[in-house]
Amino acid sequence: MSALSFPFTTLPRTTGAVAEVPPLADTDRKPLTKKEISADHPTWCPGCGDFSVLALYFKLIERRKLWHEKVTTVAGIGCSSRFPYFVQAHGAHFIHGRALPFASGVSLSRPDIHVFVFGGDGDAFSIGGNHFSHTARKNIKMTYVVMDNFVYGLTKKQTSPTSPIGFKSKTDIWGSTDRPINPMKQAISAGATFVARTTHTNPNHVLEMMEAAMDHDGFSYIECLSECVEFYAGAFDASNPRKGGKFDLIPKEHDVTDEYAAYKLADAAWPGYFGILYRNPRATKNANEAKLIADHRAKVQGLADWQILQKSFDRMK
Amino acid sequence: MSAVAEVPASAGGPSKFTKINEAVIRIAGNSQDGIQAIGGFLARLAGRSEQEVMTFMTIPSTISGGPSIFQVRIGSGEVLSAGDEADMLMAFYQHSYEDHVHSLKLGGVVLYDSDHVTPKPEWLENYRHVGVAISGKTVEAIGGTGRDKGKNIFALGLLARIYDLDVSKLKKLIDERFGGKDTSILQNAITCFESGYNHQLQDLLKPYQFQHAEIRGGHQVVMNGNEALAFGLIAAGVRFGAGYPITPWSDIMELLRRELPKYGGSFIQCEDEIASISMAIGGSYGGRVAVTGSSGPGISLKTEALGWAIMAEMPLIVVDVQRGGPSTGMPTNIEQSDLNIACFGGHGDSPRVVIAPSGVEDCFYTAIEAVNIARKYSTPVIILSDQGIASRIEAFVEPDLKNVCQDLTPDLTPVADHKPYDLKATDGVTRHLPPGTRIASGKYPVVTGLEHDELGHPTGSPKLHVAMTAKRRNKLKKLAEELPVPQTYGPNEGQVLLIGWGSTHGPMREAVDRFRGLGDAVSCVSLKYVHPLPNGLEEIIKGFRHVFVVELNDEGFYGYGQFGAILRARYCDPKIRGITKVDGLTWKVKEIIDHVRAGLAQPSGKA
Repeated sequence: MSALSFPFTTLPRTTGAVAEVPPLADTDRKPLTKKEISADHPTWCPGCGDFSVLALYFKLIERRKLWHEKVTTVAGIGCSSRFPYFVQAHGAHFIHGRALPFASGVSLSRPDIHVFVFGGDGDAFSIGGNHFSHTARKNIKMTYVVMDNFVYGLTKKQTSPTSPIGFKSKTDIWGSTDRPINPMKQAISAGATFVARTTHTNPNHVLEMMEAAMDHDGFSYIECLSECVEFYAGAFDASNPRKGGKFDLIPKEHDVTDEYAAYKLADAAWPGYFGILYRNPRATKNANEAKLIADHRAKVQGLADWQILQKSFDRMK
Repeated sequence: MSAVAEVPASAGGPSKFTKINEAVIRIAGNSQDGIQAIGGFLARLAGRSEQEVMTFMTIPSTISGGPSIFQVRIGSGEVLSAGDEADMLMAFYQHSYEDHVHSLKLGGVVLYDSDHVTPKPEWLENYRHVGVAISGKTVEAIGGTGRDKGKNIFALGLLARIYDLDVSKLKKLIDERFGGKDTSILQNAITCFESGYNHQLQDLLKPYQFQHAEIRGGHQVVMNGNEALAFGLIAAGVRFGAGYPITPWSDIMELLRRELPKYGGSFIQCEDEIASISMAIGGSYGGRVAVTGSSGPGISLKTEALGWAIMAEMPLIVVDVQRGGPSTGMPTNIEQSDLNIACFGGHGDSPRVVIAPSGVEDCFYTAIEAVNIARKYSTPVIILSDQGIASRIEAFVEPDLKNVCQDLTPDLTPVADHKPYDLKATDGVTRHLPPGTRIASGKYPVVTGLEHDELGHPTGSPKLHVAMTAKRRNKLKKLAEELPVPQTYGPNEGQVLLIGWGSTHGPMREAVDRFRGLGDAVSCVSLKYVHPLPNGLEEIIKGFRHVFVVELNDEGFYGYGQFGAILRARYCDPKIRGITKVDGLTWKVKEIIDHVRAGLAQPSGKA
């Protein structure tokens, strides 16, 4: 037995009769315009905070002169998770709550790519809560932006894990009684190496946080307040100076490597502080795996894959 | 045993031995006694002696031990199953003796540790009893440390004497196993072995000798099914995977975790089953077929993400090492009861491919074929192994690794334009470009679980849902046409046809041999590609008056096992009946024969 019914075949790369194109040196390429980087028109309701996050993601791509193919956008399920359809780049719209493990698979198998993950509070802290903790703990290199609106919007106003106590939803008509999750505390205690907080009403700040997150070598988490005008209007007015609220930056003297100080800041009274709460790089899972590979490859230097396998088989005779 | 003057082993002519073609040896003790090690040595020795070998073991699912057995069948000819009845029972304890004496054939030998076992007078007549103070002699041999360790090696020495095994090869195996450690450990092992080998049985038992095995050409390798499957995946070019520990799948993930870095790959242990399949799908999206796997309840947890991979048409390998279910079920027992979830598990219409290897060697090649099907048809492929194949050890001809190993490095060369879900695709199959690939048209695809258009953007169009559903179905109907037409074992016309899938292959073929030896017109067909079904089975079924589907799962509400029900639905043929059992053990040849006879005596209704 050794004749394979399905031997290796070289497959067509695309579905049609599509020619490959000559490589184009990056120096000969024009930076992308906003028009070139945008795809489907967003399905969000007019006035949704997510528009602002999308616009700033485009801005990030423009400012960093990223090419289409260098951008990979991943999301789970929810209003905000429609994100990849609106970006003209490689993207994946995965299942509810599991965007992080999917993105981890991309990140760990393709070290040449920086993955951006966008999602909502239900995706991140309810159905995907377990993955949030473990992706942070493993410090898998990617940027995760949670557009937190404190409510389930896609399913039309049910309580979310970040809904404040007393919030009246279709599943808590008398007002929610469950203690809400504090995403920053969750991220810090899980071992995230970059934790920032921003709000959709302050575009410059959102962009600043995105840039810092992208430059961080590790799991970078951005909590972005993003108002749902349909089901939780006015939720974040307290953080918007134009609506009489206050936008307090993290005090300059805060030590971003001090986990306890970050935890305390994350616990500040509503509307709290904005900026980078915690940034303390440590070896990423990507780097640890790469080292493991390098160490093992050194021992089999010069051998083809089949010869490495042969050595294993020789020990099983 | 009485001490008698030593007789040189080399004395005497050929009549000193009873020539045999094969032997089934069951070793029964507790799991901490190193019983598996004896079996492992015997299996590897057989592999090096060009003999065929198959083992069968039961391990208690408790951590701290408990009764455990290892059965090894060594033969000069083809060995297809672990053997119905044992020729010899090696019993370490009273419970081992009492629980397993009935696995012996009449007149079989009980080789017992006389320090722990008292023979029962009522069994003395039916079985030959040979007592050896295995525990005492071991302590004597390695200096009275009183440890139980070593008695397995003493027992191995005894068996080497009784079956005239190649001592130098066995010593080399012992050296390979213990040589890396403290030299005193190796020395103790060799001392135990020699002491067992030199133990004088005198006329209590005449030693056996295997007939010379046919030279099979090429070296043999000896491994279990989980190892063969994992190495097959490596040979296939898989370099990324993710999993969560669960018995009996864990061995595969441990091996991949250990080995993949040598090939530039990694295997990630995840927080749960859902994360594992999600991460593997992410890896596949990254450009190279990735693997995840599980057993029992873990498979249930993976079905939602599997549905996504089907909808998004992402190549993926899912290994299911089946165990007894449902729920936590019987974690260390064999069952073939995941067929339904493998073929149909998940919501919505979700066509996928299911392949079931027939044995240890087949695990290696099945892994490669599964990867190639997943690539070619851009689809998840489920490999349905089982606890029996996973843990049993077989010797098989070493694969031609140089020619079998594949390179699946993703190709990131730019393309002019790309539509993954192209409805006009020439071969009807979706092709994904890994992220990082430049598409000159500036139109980039999204992979998605929503019903989508050709670029992967969501659509609610009834027309597109109809077209895309047909696309996902038709590509696998095309695969069905490409599958090799099943072949019968035995003539393709006759009285009775046995149909099986996966690990029923061996015992079913032996049943056919026995039937044919008695003049009964029985044939069988083993299916490896179980979903979609290959063409040509209908023609085979037509050639027989009775058809029995042999499988290890429950008869269900309507009297057919899971595969039987699929075949009845597919071929609408009332002569298809089921032969099923759920005792957590592999099929004995005799059980199949008895079921067939009972079925024939009861021409209509349940077999």
